[in-house]
Amino acid sequence: MSRHQSSFSAKILTASDLLDGDVIYLNAAQTWTRQLSDAHLFVDAEAANAALATADLQQQTVLGAYLVDAATGTNGAPTPIHFREIFRATGPSNRFHGKQADLPA
Amino acid sequence: MYTYSDFDRAFLRNRVAKFRDQVSRRLSGALSEDEFKPLRLMNGLYLMLHAYMLRIAIPYGTLSSVQMRQLAMIADRWDKGYGHFTTRQNIQFNWPKLRDVPDILDALAKVDMHAIQSSGACIRNVTADHFAGAAADEVDDPRPTAELIRQWSTDHEEFAFLPRKFKVAVTGSEQDRAVTKMHDVGLKLVRDANGAPGYEVSVGGGLGRTPMIGRVLREFLPREDLLPYLESILQVYNLLGRRDNKYKARIKITVHEMGLEQLQALVEERLPHQRARFGGAEQKHLSALEQAFTAPAYVTRSSDDFQTALASNGAFRAFVDSNTAAHKNPDYAIVTVSLKSHGATPGDATSDQMRALADLAQSYSHDELRVSHEQNILLPHVHKSYLPTLYVALRNIGLATANIGQISDIIACPGMDYCDLATARSIPVAQQIATRFQALNLEQDIGPLKIKISGCINACGHHHVGHIGILGLQKAGIESYQITLGGDGTQHAAIGKPVGPGFSADQVLPAIERLIYTYLDLRQDPEEDFLAAIRRLGLTPFKAALYGPKEAANAA
Ligand code: SF4
Repeated sequence: MSRHQSSFSAKILTASDLLDGDVIYLNAAQTWTRQLSDAHLFVDAEAANAALATADLQQQTVLGAYLVDAATGTNGAPTPIHFREIFRATGPSNRFHGKQADLPA
Repeated sequence: MYTYSDFDRAFLRNRVAKFRDQVSRRLSGALSEDEFKPLRLMNGLYLMLHAYMLRIAIPYGTLSSVQMRQLAMIADRWDKGYGHFTTRQNIQFNWPKLRDVPDILDALAKVDMHAIQSSGACIRNVTADHFAGAAADEVDDPRPTAELIRQWSTDHEEFAFLPRKFKVAVTGSEQDRAVTKMHDVGLKLVRDANGAPGYEVSVGGGLGRTPMIGRVLREFLPREDLLPYLESILQVYNLLGRRDNKYKARIKITVHEMGLEQLQALVEERLPHQRARFGGAEQKHLSALEQAFTAPAYVTRSSDDFQTALASNGAFRAFVDSNTAAHKNPDYAIVTVSLKSHGATPGDATSDQMRALADLAQSYSHDELRVSHEQNILLPHVHKSYLPTLYVALRNIGLATANIGQISDIIACPGMDYCDLATARSIPVAQQIATRFQALNLEQDIGPLKIKISGCINACGHHHVGHIGILGLQKAGIESYQITLGGDGTQHAAIGKPVGPGFSADQVLPAIERLIYTYLDLRQDPEEDFLAAIRRLGLTPFKAALYGPKEAANAA
């Protein structure tokens, strides 16, 4: 039934921005966004790996791209599984800095 | 204090200009990230979880008020208005932008500061007792030695690519406040039977994945052999330290694998040649450095106001009891300013606080400040008559917390709130513990207690030497905190023992509470502090408190 490979869990592609080190995500239009809610959820291993390979070539914009496990959250937007990625998408817990402060709620 | 020579300044200017060029080539695409990364790391610039991080060296933790003000300026102009003081006596800025970093480095160079030797497999920024030059129990001032080592190690070409980083700490007192036993090389200034100055040299200490306590390589090294001896150690390590496995590359493993005697023999073999090579020129230089670190021009004043305030003001008395230490001049005190007000991030200071501290240092501490590895700021030379005024001034900027050496004076590394390598957060755990015990109003009763928290096995938060150590890991997709007990970072160095399975983020505070209540129940009297109680009782009653009596019996 499913066209997804059974062993593949959905992923988003993330990296850091070269200029200010901020966390970025690849969106559906294949450009980079600061907002997790705009990230594209890959449900297919081939497409995810191809996007990662492309990102690795974009050294003038992005640093250290990697794929992370994610799922569609209750709000319909992709949500990473691992707490580290949730912190990256939010900002530090001791100060209201980073994404939680910079992005519209 | 030591001020830079023209040579130092020219060297720094040159380094900043080079890095400016490297950044612009990176931005233009002429340098790839693979090429650029080692260059930025050599200048203290890391990429962390949310942003770049700039780690600035504060050699042996010593700052002037001018330097502190410049750090405040940098925090405001290029960062988010605060800085984080670390267990390496450094300061980190958490939000710099790549294109601003050359300007930041220029601003630092203007006040004789830099970010080199704060990363990479080189001899790192040398650390020292934060009471240096002030402590009542000091044999000799460690700062001239530390400065000599700084100059020798900066840009030492042969040791730019060691198997792994190499950390040196220096103390001049029997009471080890610089954790020297947990450094690659720890130096203690001592005198021989005839009163001649020299060093006890320890080697192979370290925290991290494989914690080890340094062992004495030479009980008494005559002062004039210092650099020849260090050069010999580094040469042997550079040659024989392992490069095949980064977890086995520190000199502690070299010592462990080859044995202390073998290392001793190899170092002694090289020593005569190195002695001849240095030829004693560095000793003349050391004598000159000693002149730069003479005692401040002490003032003579009446201490009556101090005595009156002490007798009449309980809060002031509590501050004096916990935050001051004996100075070598009996009319003076060493003041530790706590960066651990309950609920604050350990080691963080705002730019306003930095400026205020700079002003206070200028008015009351002969223009000197220190950063301690315990993430506090010190005013090392305060005449006791100034203490009441100083206390009020500190209170006005939220920096008069009287908790030094107590349960809320916690070391915590940045952990997963900032650090790219972290496996869990550290800061919120520290905040919870501090706030909770303040609410319980138990802090005074508990007495001396060192809690140290690391967000991963790298142990920047020194958890191995915490009386209570907390190590943040991840387990089954959540943060999990492993507790160790009985660690000690002083001259009686001990590595804490793990008590059992980890606790989830919401269970770690209740676990610490159970430990504390067990201690309060079982101590012989209030004079027996937590560490002493652990040493007397062993871990069993504490394990029972954490896990119930059955597991404790099994584990005992
Ligand atoms: S101990 Fe780990 S998490 Fe903490 S600062 Fe060091 S590397 Fe980062």
